[in-house]
Amino acid sequence: MNIKEKRKERLDRGIKVRCDGIYALMSFREMAYLAFPRLILIVGLILTPFLITAEYWERVITVACLYGLLAVGFDFLAHYVGLVSLGGAFFVGVGGYISALLNTQLGLNPLLSIPIATLMASIVCTVLLLPCLPLRGVYFAIATLLYPLLAGRIIEALDIFGGTDGLRGVEGLMGHYTPIYIAILSSLVFMFGLRRLVNEDVGLVLRAIKDNDQSVRASGISVTRYKAFGVFLCSLGGCFAGAALVHIYMWAGISLFALDFSILPIAATVVGGVHTLVGPLLGCLILVPISELLREFGTLRIVFYSVILLIFIVGKSEGLFNYAQRKYHQFERWVEV
Amino acid sequence: MDVVIYGVINSISLALVALGFALVYGISRLPNFAHGALYVTTGFVTWSFLKTLGLNYVVSAIAALIITGIIGAAIYRAVLIRIRGMSISEIVASYAIGLAILEGFRYWGFKGMTYTLPTFTKRTFIILDVPVDGHRLLVVVLGVVVMLLLWAFTHYTRIGLALRGMAQDERAAMMLGIDSDLMALLAMGLGSALAGIAALFLLPLGNIVVEKGYDVLIQALAVCIVGGLGSWAGAIMAAFLIGFAQILSTVYLGAKFQMVVSLIAILAVLILKPSGLFGRQKELEERV
Repeated sequence: MNIKEKRKERLDRGIKVRCDGIYALMSFREMAYLAFPRLILIVGLILTPFLITAEYWERVITVACLYGLLAVGFDFLAHYVGLVSLGGAFFVGVGGYISALLNTQLGLNPLLSIPIATLMASIVCTVLLLPCLPLRGVYFAIATLLYPLLAGRIIEALDIFGGTDGLRGVEGLMGHYTPIYIAILSSLVFMFGLRRLVNEDVGLVLRAIKDNDQSVRASGISVTRYKAFGVFLCSLGGCFAGAALVHIYMWAGISLFALDFSILPIAATVVGGVHTLVGPLLGCLILVPISELLREFGTLRIVFYSVILLIFIVGKSEGLFNYAQRKYHQFERWVEV
Repeated sequence: MDVVIYGVINSISLALVALGFALVYGISRLPNFAHGALYVTTGFVTWSFLKTLGLNYVVSAIAALIITGIIGAAIYRAVLIRIRGMSISEIVASYAIGLAILEGFRYWGFKGMTYTLPTFTKRTFIILDVPVDGHRLLVVVLGVVVMLLLWAFTHYTRIGLALRGMAQDERAAMMLGIDSDLMALLAMGLGSALAGIAALFLLPLGNIVVEKGYDVLIQALAVCIVGGLGSWAGAIMAAFLIGFAQILSTVYLGAKFQMVVSLIAILAVLILKPSGLFGRQKELEERV
């Protein structure tokens, strides 16, 4: 055995180690090292409305950011609380319908009805999901998958809220830049807020529930209460997305409960990078425009993102962001074994 | 009286639809969310053989079953084998496969009312003053035959016993020299073929449409969850429960509520007793 074998060795960059634990930063270079990736995202997103002029693509970015809210919520719930929810469409649907009802029945201004609907719908979603919270793994996933289906069928069968026709005449958002900035700012706030939260005390408890709920329970902490809190946070994002979408499309219908809203955020999370909260947002910003480009092929785009999802789940399950993060923080070299 | 007769017919149909799903989950703990897609695939493949190639009905049906079985086995070999044990990835991946197949069919023009398979017989029988068409009766008879054959296969053949051994304890089965990947592959192929058999029996009663794929998946899930995931006897009992519940709700509430009833049944069982009415799993594995 005199064949020299080599293996790849990964080491943290010096600057990463210096920035990691020490909060007194020593130089502008270190501050830039930390701030650079975040600023790219923030400044980039805030400048997008000025960079693209076509109204159609502004709409696409708006929708992508709203999908981003859902995807970030999914990632948070799945990888920080340990509840895999396949029913993102339920949040969108409930948020959308409540906002549309507030607007058409009570005549509330969209800028008022969106936040009120978000809050109300999140409470409704949390209460409705409450009985499922003790379920684990596959059982919770299947249960949540059924919620949007059931909601759609009930609206259809009972013929309430406009039945299959949906609610028409929902007021749109005033101003050219209003929708896109609402979407961009809310997704940034939601994402960075959650990233902050998972390192606070509450976040630590949530992560402990994911890893070992029995030990959390043994510490005298109510697991269900914290899970409910996690679901509430997740549904804030989803319901906001639904409420905003209704006012952008000026219509609420059963299609708000469609599978698109459940499957695309999951695909985006897998592609963008799980367990990062940023990855899902990036994934949406990549996947939604691509699927928009494929719109003329009709349902082929669902085939397309199913296939992308499969490729990533089987081949590159860490996702793009984890990959990029590794390249940014570490260098690699070949060493002889 | 017609409630009883149509309830039995509906229940057997549900059991047939769920059989493949229950088999795959029972043996390899794989929730095969592409089940509905495989069901529809059989329908379209049979139709293509029948209409475009002009083959005999029996020949094209058998060919379609073999093709569906191979597709199922291929799905396992190419994708699911790499993510076995990660239950969420299994669900998402198999669901994505199902979605890709179904929406692919929709894209390539298989939609609308034009795709139908011929019924086995055109005659109508009168049973206890209730007119029942011959095809539905045949479905009941053949459905029971298929279930009995499957029971015999899993109890009296070497492969069937190996499959059951894996279902009971995968590690012990591996120690006795049973190749667990091969068995899971077989189970997936067999499960897909069973989905295909259900499709061949039930699709002639209506049009072949893509939406059936989603409905079939929900029905299979409903039956398997209510009966307890992994319990075959439970699945058949649950098929009767849900089958009669659906017929009763159609009669007393209207056809629109049929799906609502099965969805509520799954949710209620999941919340109250996740291992199903006849399941034997440990309580702590699924609830906190």
